[in-house]
Amino acid sequence: MYLVECTDLRKSYSGHPALDGVDLRLERGKIIALAGPNGSGKTTLIKILNGLLQPDSGRVTIDGHAPDRYTRSIVSYLPDRDYFAEWMTIRDIMDYFADFYADFDRQKADDMCRTLELQPAMKIKNLSKGTREKMQLMLVMSRKASLYLLDEPLAGVDPAARDFILHTILTSYNDAGSVLISTHLISDVEQVLDEVIFLKEGKVILHENTDDLRQRENRSVDELFREMFRVQSWKEEE
Amino acid sequence: MDFRLKDSRPIWQQLAEQLRRRIVTGVYAPGGRFPPVRELAAEAGVNPNTMQRALTQLESEGLLVTNRTAGRCVTEEASVIEGTRERLAGELADEFAEDMGMLGYSRSEAAAFLTRERE
Repeated sequence: MYLVECTDLRKSYSGHPALDGVDLRLERGKIIALAGPNGSGKTTLIKILNGLLQPDSGRVTIDGHAPDRYTRSIVSYLPDRDYFAEWMTIRDIMDYFADFYADFDRQKADDMCRTLELQPAMKIKNLSKGTREKMQLMLVMSRKASLYLLDEPLAGVDPAARDFILHTILTSYNDAGSVLISTHLISDVEQVLDEVIFLKEGKVILHENTDDLRQRENRSVDELFREMFRVQSWKEEE
Repeated sequence: MDFRLKDSRPIWQQLAEQLRRRIVTGVYAPGGRFPPVRELAAEAGVNPNTMQRALTQLESEGLLVTNRTAGRCVTEEASVIEGTRERLAGELADEFAEDMGMLGYSRSEAAAFLTRERE
């Protein structure tokens, strides 16, 4: 059984289609990029997978279940913007996660705080953008989930923090689980990927193993991505 | 020693190439235990599945062997390692000869450049 299955998934916002018939099958134990320009439907798809949005039509299952209480217990989600109260400390939020999620590994969270140089006593309001990203990642990857949904986890972090974050992703996912990373910057994540999905105007236009793709195209996935999306916008202008 | 993953070829091929060199040059001793996939993947900053694919390639070449008790090891057979070393040397020589050919030198003229005294 696939970890994630989407069949003809559709969703529009006031008549404007955000997802226009998405079919997708994701296996276990993979790191997968969900790539596409702004407005291609990445965040909408991720929000449907974690049950925050309902599709207009189509079917989605995670580990065989439509998004529900069970799937939320096995999905760990990093949103594109955080939702923590400014007065809380990192430790407060770790306590909160430990209460909320049975699969939260406190030991792992403490270890990750040390590696990522996060001080548990620091207040959220005093954290820089990059540090906030690191904290969110620490929380999300400290869960022993089956599916990690990371919506733009590398936005606004410096290259050193990016390497830290990628290393954290690589060393914390497990064989039974998969990681789906949305991004519009493939070059940031290319090395760690098993597979890549290109999303364009709400449709999946490519889903392939990255090494097979590099072999066939004889260039990096980043180059291919840039070209595919450049050519498209050029065609539209004509 | 760092892994360098720069060009656009499949990453597993680049990893296999660099690990092959490490074996041939004795960084990993013949018969010695090979590091676990996850450790190598973390060192290179790549996905464990990608690293596994590189190791599978080296296994098919006979450079790595897996046995039940000791796990994955470098082969003890010197002939396999020596054969690989010669193959790599041959590839480098062909590459050099091809580049020199583009400058208009024959293979033997190219070879002469390697031993020629230069100031």
